[in-house]
This record gives sequence, structure tokens and C-alpha cells, in this order.
Amino acid sequence: MRYAILCYDSEDVVGSWTKDEDAAVMARLGAVQDKLAEKGRLGPVARLLPTTAATTIRKGREALVIDGPFAETKEQLLGFYVVDCETLDDAIAVAQDLAKASGSAGAFELRPISSFNPGGEAA
Amino acid sequence: MTELAWIDAALTSARPQALGALLRYFRDLDTAEEAFQEACLRALKNWPVNGPPRDPAAWLILVGRNAALDHARKRSRLEALPEEERISDLGNAEDALAERLDGAHYRDDVLRLLFICCHPELPATQQIAMALRVVSGFSVRQIARAFLVSESAMEQRITRAKGRVARAGVPFEPPGAVERSERLAAVMAMVYLLFNDGYSAADDAVPMRAQLCDEAIRLARLLLRLFQTEPEVMGLLALLLLQHSRAPARYAANGSVVLLEDQDRASWDRKLIGEGLALVDKAMRHRKPGPYQVQAAIAALHARAARPEETDWAQIDRLYASLERLQPSPVVTLNRAVAHAKVHGPDAALSLIGPLEAQLSDYFHFFGVQGALLLQTGRHGEAKTAFDRAIGLARTAAEADHIRMHLDRLMTDAQGFGAGLA
Repeated sequence: MRYAILCYDSEDVVGSWTKDEDAAVMARLGAVQDKLAEKGRLGPVARLLPTTAATTIRKGREALVIDGPFAETKEQLLGFYVVDCETLDDAIAVAQDLAKASGSAGAFELRPISSFNPGGEAA
Repeated sequence: MTELAWIDAALTSARPQALGALLRYFRDLDTAEEAFQEACLRALKNWPVNGPPRDPAAWLILVGRNAALDHARKRSRLEALPEEERISDLGNAEDALAERLDGAHYRDDVLRLLFICCHPELPATQQIAMALRVVSGFSVRQIARAFLVSESAMEQRITRAKGRVARAGVPFEPPGAVERSERLAAVMAMVYLLFNDGYSAADDAVPMRAQLCDEAIRLARLLLRLFQTEPEVMGLLALLLLQHSRAPARYAANGSVVLLEDQDRASWDRKLIGEGLALVDKAMRHRKPGPYQVQAAIAALHARAARPEETDWAQIDRLYASLERLQPSPVVTLNRAVAHAKVHGPDAALSLIGPLEAQLSDYFHFFGVQGALLLQTGRHGEAKTAFDRAIGLARTAAEADHIRMHLDRLMTDAQGFGAGLA
């Protein structure tokens, strides 16, 4: 069974770390990732840009583009994609295609990725 | 991260919301600050034992409010007559506060807290000192060090600012849409000023100044989280991130300024650039251009050029032209001239800045740019005159050194010179 591990934390607190503090946390997390990578157990790893960079596409007959992160509680995170896009408009178009195809309610949240490891390699 | 460092970070990040709510509640900045201080002391005792609360800001608001109420009750018992009216007033407000903790007022609380710091009554230096003290929670000593004044002088400056704000009487009712957007504009201008104060000083000369840039970015992020759909707020944060991304390359080891074109682009902070570019993208989709967005778009074009030769100067020239329309200022035109020269040649740029000389006769950069443009057209004598005037107007040793470098080159090598601002 593959597991996705989703990271939640206070953006205020994480954002107030100094560069050195941030680097120290990333180094400690990197050491854990390296152990997993050595055993071939590590898939993609991504760090997202802050929620201020987020855009949300509300599914529906006319998919609605909203600034900001997805912030409802009645829906739950069910999965994620990593897609390479030239611009935000490209990414929105992809999400709108997905929204049309899925046919259910809910939303997609677009979050630019700040650092990305496609998997299998030491951090 | 140690436990204490975590608590410290949590207190700092909860400060604007908690202090903003306490200010709405007590309607007095000193009382609100004392209440917040007391809540922080209790957090330092309580959190290591009981673990951090789920919502640190809500915890601090409740504890701070209760501590201040206890204090008021005790004081009124010690004093001659119980202030019945006051206590019952606070009691009623207490019930109301519990409902308000749902965050409905959060945005206006934080905006009000920021706004009293940049009240139009206050001169710019006091605005920044107030914001650093009240919103960011810097100590008076830290702020004094950043502005190279004594601690007592800074203490006085902040006390005076608080007095002025208290007398000016900022209303505590939720603002209407127009008032809200006016407050937001004033706060954005203050955040930009704060950033520029940090940005315009050499890192080595005043280490505290670099922290001002980080703090301005933190405040801009806070603003954008409150106003998620405002393209100008996206533009402001993007602008600060993109400017700050060049910080590692802006000064040479000897402290002299390194021009944008000569900077080691590999040392630009890619992470900040990535976030800045994403925000420019987001803002542009609104098609509601404003000064911060246009400046961010210009910074984005520099950030996107892997080498100086790849810079899209024609587009930068056009963006400066639209900035001239949105926010007419001789300094904007002067900046445009640098881009204009790249596209249309130095003569075209010189005729662009010609009419500005009277307005900018005491502006260092005017004569720096004028000298560089004259040099490109081969008018060496006039270039030297302009550079001499620039040196006379330089505010820092780094600025003067930079012009001297041009003069030296003018003497030794009449050719091969490029204009540009760092």
C-alpha cells in the first residue's frame, strides 16, 4: 500500500522562521527522506508555496475561479496531482478540464510548488 | 526547533490578531498591550506544561482579556467606590466577545491595528516605529538600533506617536467599504516604506535593517491573507519578494553597490522569485492594474532574465510608461529613462529626463543617470559635471563610491560604460 503523507502546520509560524531555522528543519526532514529513498520507498515530495499564492477552482457547470486556498470543512482532501504548467492560466485550464470530467461537487486548489523531488532520490 | 523558540514564533504570529481584538475590546492601546503582555507571560508558563493550544490567538485573547478584567476589578475594589458601571459594561462586552471570536472581526481588527500605526497624523518615521513596536512586537532597543538613534529617543518617538493616535480617535466600528480600502492603501504604503528603509541600507552597515525587509514581507503576507482577492496586495507582496530576492547580490564584499546588470544572478533567491512570479501571475488575471502590480511586473521581468542581455527592456519601458500614468512622479520617469535608453538610445532618454532637472535638482540618482546617459552619447565633459553633482548629493559612502567608480572609468576608459540602477 502506498501512503500519501500530507503536511499541515501553522503557516504563520512556519513563515516566521528565519532562513537558518527553515534550512535546519528541511535538513532534518531531508535525513528522514534519505533513509526512505535508500530503500526505494520514497515517491514524489513537494513543498508548496504559501496559501497566499493559491487559487481555487470550484467545480460546477461553470467552474468558478476564486483567489485563495480551499477553506471548507465539509469536503475532505481525497488526492492530488502534480502538473507542469507554463502559467497560472494553463494550470486553471487543466483544473477546469478535471472539474468537467469529475462531474461531482467540490473543488481543486492550485498551489504552486516551491521545491519538488520526483521521488526515488536522496534529498 | 526548541519548545521556547516554537512558543516565541507562535506568540509573534498570533500578535496582530490577538492585540487587534484586545484593542477593539478595551479601546485603548496601552491597556490592550498590557493585556497581551500578561497573556504572553501566562502562555510561557502554561504552554510548556499543557501543550500548545489549538488556536494560540484565541487563547491569548481570552486570557489577556480576563487578566485585564481581573486587574480592573481588583483596582476598583482597592479604590474608594466600585465602578459598577464600568464593570457591568465590561461584563456585557465579555459575552459579546465570545461570539466574535469566530473570526468575523479578525480582518478589521488587524487592519485597524495596522492603520493606527500609519495614521495620516503621523510622519513616516513615526509610522514605521509604531508598526514595528505595536504590530511586530520589536523591542524599543531593536527599533532604536535599526534607525541609529538612542533607546530613549526612540521611546519618546513612540510615546509621542501613541499620544497623537489616541487624540486622533480612530473609530472602532467596523469600517465601510470605502474607508476599508483607504485604510488598506495607507497600510500598504507603510509596509512599502518599511521595506525600503531596510532595502536602502547596506547589510553590513546596519544589520538590523535586513530584518526590516523580512518584517515588511511578513506584514505584506498578513495583509494578503486578509485581502485574498485584492490584486494590489498581491502586487505589493510580489514586489517585495522579487526585490528582496536580489539582496544577496546587491553589495560587493567591500560594501559597494553592485548594479543590477553586474549582479551574480545565480545568487538571487530562487524561492522568493518563484513565489513573487506566482503572485504576479495571480494579480494579472484580475486585469485591474495598480502601481504595486506594475512595479512587481517590472521586477518580474528582471527576475525572468537569466542574463542581463535577455532583459525585455521594451516591455519594461512600456510598464514604466503605464506607471507614469497611474502614479505620475519625476522619479518614475527617471527610472523609465534607463529602460528607454536601452530600447531607443541615450538621446531619446535624455530628452525624456530633460524636463525633470528642476524638480530633481537635489536628487542623487537624477545626476547619476544623467551622467551615465551623457557618457553614452560621448558628451564626456557634461557627463563629468553631472557625476560631480551626484557625488555632492550622495547620502551614503556606497553611493558616492559608486559614482566615483564611473568617474574613474571616465578618466581611464572613455568607452564601454553601461547605465543602470541597482
